Amino acid sequence: MSAERETTGGREGEREVKDASMLLQKEMIAGHFTALSRAKEEGKKVVYTFVPGNLTELLHAFDVLPLYPEINALQSGMRKKSGGYILEAERLGHSEDVCAYVKSDIGMLRAGNVGPTGEKLPPPDLLLLSYTGCFTFMKWFELLKREYDCPVAMLHVPYQGDGEFTDEMRKYVVDQLRSEVIPKLEQVTGKKLDEAKLEEALAKSSVAEDDLVWVLESAKNKPSPIDAYFGGVYYIGPIFTAFRGTDAAVEYYKTLRSEVQVRLDQRLGPITPDGPLTNERYRLVVEGPPSWPSFQEFWKMFSGEGAVVVASSYTKVGGFYDHGFRHDPKRPLESLADYCAGCYTNLNLPSRIEILARYVREYQADGLLINSVKSCNSFSAGQLMILREVEERTGVPGGFIETDLVDPRYFSAANVKNRLESYLQMIEQKRKSPGAPRGPSGAAGGGSSGPRRLEVLP
Amino acid sequence: MHEDSSSGSPGATPRLSAVIARCEALYHDVDLRTVHDWRAARGGRKVVGYMPIYVPRELIDAAGMLPVGIMGGRGQVEIIRGDAWFQSYICQIPRSTIELALTGRLDVLDGMLFPSICDVIRNLSGMWKVKFPGKYVRYFDVPQNYEPEVGGRFYREELRHLYADLRRLSGTTEDADETLRRSIARYNENRRVIGELLELRAKEPWRVPTYESYLVLFAGNVLPVEEHTALVREYIAAALESDRPRRDNARVVLTGAFCEQPPIELIRTLELAGCYVVSDDTALGRRWPTEDVSTEGDPLLALATGFLRHSPPTAARYEPHGDRGEPLVTLVKKQRAEGVVLAAPSFCDPALLEQPILQDTLDAARVPWTAFKYAENLGQFQVIREQAGTFADSIKLWSEP
Repeated sequence: MSAERETTGGREGEREVKDASMLLQKEMIAGHFTALSRAKEEGKKVVYTFVPGNLTELLHAFDVLPLYPEINALQSGMRKKSGGYILEAERLGHSEDVCAYVKSDIGMLRAGNVGPTGEKLPPPDLLLLSYTGCFTFMKWFELLKREYDCPVAMLHVPYQGDGEFTDEMRKYVVDQLRSEVIPKLEQVTGKKLDEAKLEEALAKSSVAEDDLVWVLESAKNKPSPIDAYFGGVYYIGPIFTAFRGTDAAVEYYKTLRSEVQVRLDQRLGPITPDGPLTNERYRLVVEGPPSWPSFQEFWKMFSGEGAVVVASSYTKVGGFYDHGFRHDPKRPLESLADYCAGCYTNLNLPSRIEILARYVREYQADGLLINSVKSCNSFSAGQLMILREVEERTGVPGGFIETDLVDPRYFSAANVKNRLESYLQMIEQKRKSPGAPRGPSGAAGGGSSGPRRLEVLP
Repeated sequence: MHEDSSSGSPGATPRLSAVIARCEALYHDVDLRTVHDWRAARGGRKVVGYMPIYVPRELIDAAGMLPVGIMGGRGQVEIIRGDAWFQSYICQIPRSTIELALTGRLDVLDGMLFPSICDVIRNLSGMWKVKFPGKYVRYFDVPQNYEPEVGGRFYREELRHLYADLRRLSGTTEDADETLRRSIARYNENRRVIGELLELRAKEPWRVPTYESYLVLFAGNVLPVEEHTALVREYIAAALESDRPRRDNARVVLTGAFCEQPPIELIRTLELAGCYVVSDDTALGRRWPTEDVSTEGDPLLALATGFLRHSPPTAARYEPHGDRGEPLVTLVKKQRAEGVVLAAPSFCDPALLEQPILQDTLDAARVPWTAFKYAENLGQFQVIREQAGTFADSIKLWSEP
C-alpha cells in the first residue's frame, strides 16, 4: 500500500510542502526496492506475497525480502504505466472483466519486471500465497507460478463469515504455518526458523502498531491533523508491509507521531498536494481503495473543497488494530494467525458495516463516501447495502463513486469531481436545513425523512 | 451447420418425454412450488438452501431437512430490486438471487448456505445476514490445504459446527452419526447413478442430449435425494429405449459454467450448432465428491476425507500441483473430446482469471478451443450459435484424426 508522489504538489512555482515522515518513508521504500534489485547479487532470497495477511515478521526472521505484487501494480498506476500493462495483458487473453491489479502485474512482468525505481525486480525464490480476504490472490499466484520455477507455499486464512475467528480457525492457520509455510521458508533459505528473531520482530511490530493507531486516531480531533485516506495510504500506512517488525518501522512511527503531535498542538490540518489544509469543511469516512493512476488528482478534488478523510477502511486492509490487536511475541504463530484473520477484507459485511458506522460516530464525520472500484469484488460486492445500512444507523448521508484501482479507463475525472461536489453540496444543504437534528459532527443533518443519498448508482 | 435438433422431442418415446416434461417444470419453478408442496406434505419440515458449487448436502438431509439448490434466476426473473444492490460490474447470479429473496420467492427457506467460491458469493452471505436476520445463514468455508491433519482437521470441525447448527435448526433428536451415515449412503447412490448417466452421455451423446441431462441433474436441486435418484434412473432407462440418430457432431467439453448457470437455451444452442457436449461443469456440486464417501466410522471424518481426496478440479479450489490446465487436458483425452468450449459468466473471477492458463495449456496440447461469455439472463443466442457452429465445423474439417 505504498504511495509516492511523483509530481510535485502545489501550484507551479510553489515550494512543495512535505513532512519529514513523508521524505523518510520515501527513502525507506526506495531503499527496499534497491535492496530487491540487488538481492540476487547479494545472495538474498526474495519472497513474493500479498499485503493482506502478510507475514513480514516471519520473513524478517528468515532474512528474506518481501515483494508485493499489489504494490508493483499500484506503483505502476501512480507512474501512469498500468494502462499499457493492462492492455498488454488483455492482448494475451486476460479478460477485461477481471482485476486490473493482476493484469497490470502480468503486463509489467512481460515488459521486463522493472520496479518503481527503474531497477529490475528479481524473480521470486518462493511464492507465499497468503490467501486472505481475496479470492483473486489464489488465481493471481496460479498465473505467476507458471512464470517462475520456484516453490509455492499456500496459507489459507479462513474468512470470518460469522464475525469471529474461532480457536479451530486459529489452529488451522498455525498448523499451516508449521507444516507448510515455515518448512518452505527453511527449504528456500537453508536456515532453521530463528524463533528469538521472530519474537523480537513481533515485539517491534507491537510498538510501531501502538504509534500507528495513535496517529490514525488523531483524526478524531478537529481539525484533523491527518488525512486518513490519501495520507493514510501515501505515508501513514504503507510502511506496515515491508518494514513491520524492524527498528526502521519503530523509528518511523515515532517520528510520525511526534509530527502529528505538533500539528495537533498547533491545530493544523493535514498536508495535501495543495499544501497544508487550513479550512476543514467536511469530515468524511471513505470505504474502498483509491484510484492510483489519478491519486493526486483525486486527492485534490477533496482538499480543494476542504474535505478531509478522517477514517478509511482501505488503511485497514494490511492490518486491523482498532479492537486492540497487536502482534504478540509471547504467542508468535497464534498472533500471526490473528493478524491475518483480522485484515479488513477478511471481515464479513455486518462487521464492516459496524466498523464504518462506528467511524462515522467516533470521528464525528459528516458522511460516508464509497469509492467502489471495478477491480475488487472483495471490497465492492455488497457496498451498496453497506451504504444504506450505515446511513440508516448513523443518519449521515452516503455518497457513491465508481472508479478503478489501476485501470485509467475507469477514472472519469469530470464525472468523479461532479459527483463529489454534488455530494458535498448535499451535506451542506443538510447543515442548513432548519430544525434538522444535529449530525454526529455537530452539523445539522438528518431530518424526519431520514438520510438522503447521492444517487449515483450505475 | 447442423440444422436439426439432437435434443428435445426427436426420437423421444412417451416415457422419455414425460421425464423431460417433469424436469422442465421443475426447472421453470422459480417460485419453488415443489418445495412448498414437499414441506406441506411433511408437516412443515424445514428447508435449507445453498448456492453453487459445493456443500455437503448430506448434513442437511441427515438433520431431517430438504436441501434446495438456489442456482440464480435462470433468466426467468425480472431483475428490479437486485440491480440496486450490485454495481454493473458484478455478475448476474447474486442480483437474481437477492431478487428472488426480496420478492418472497425464497421465504420457504429456513436457512441458506453460501459456499466458498468467490468474493461475490462470500459477501452475499453477509448481505443475507443483514437483510434476513431471522434466517439461519452460514458462509461455508472449505479447506485449501489438503493435508488430513491440517486442512482435514479444520474441515471436520467446520462440518461439526454446521451439522450441530442444522440439527438445532430442525430440532431433530435422531442419532446424529447413524442418520448421517444413512444420508451419505443415499447421496453415494445418487452420485453413482448420475455418474452412469454422464458416462452414457459421453459414450452415446446422441442418446443423451445435454439439454436433457442438464434438466435431469437440475431437478436434483429441489427433489429429495432418493426421489432424484429414481428420476435419473427413469431417465436413463427411457433414453436407452429411445431411437435417436447419431450425427456427425463435434465432441466438446464445456467448462467455466460451474456457478452462474448458462440459460438452458444456450445449451440447446450449442447442440443445435453441432456440438455433442460430452462433459460439462454446470452441475459440479451434484457429483462432488467424485467417489463414494465411506459409510463406516466417523461420518464427519468420512465427508472430510471425501472432500480432500476426491474433489473435482475446479477454479474455486487451489491446485497444489500445477493448475487447472493439465486436469482439463486429461479430461479432454478421457472423454475423447475434440475441443473445448470455454464458457464463462461475465465478471466471473474464478472462471475468467484462469482462462489464459486453460487456453495456453490447450494450445500446447493442440486441443482446439473457443471462448465466449454469457449471463444467466442472456436472451440472444445467434452469435453463440454461429461461433459454436464454426467451431464444430472447423473441428470436423481440419482437426487431426
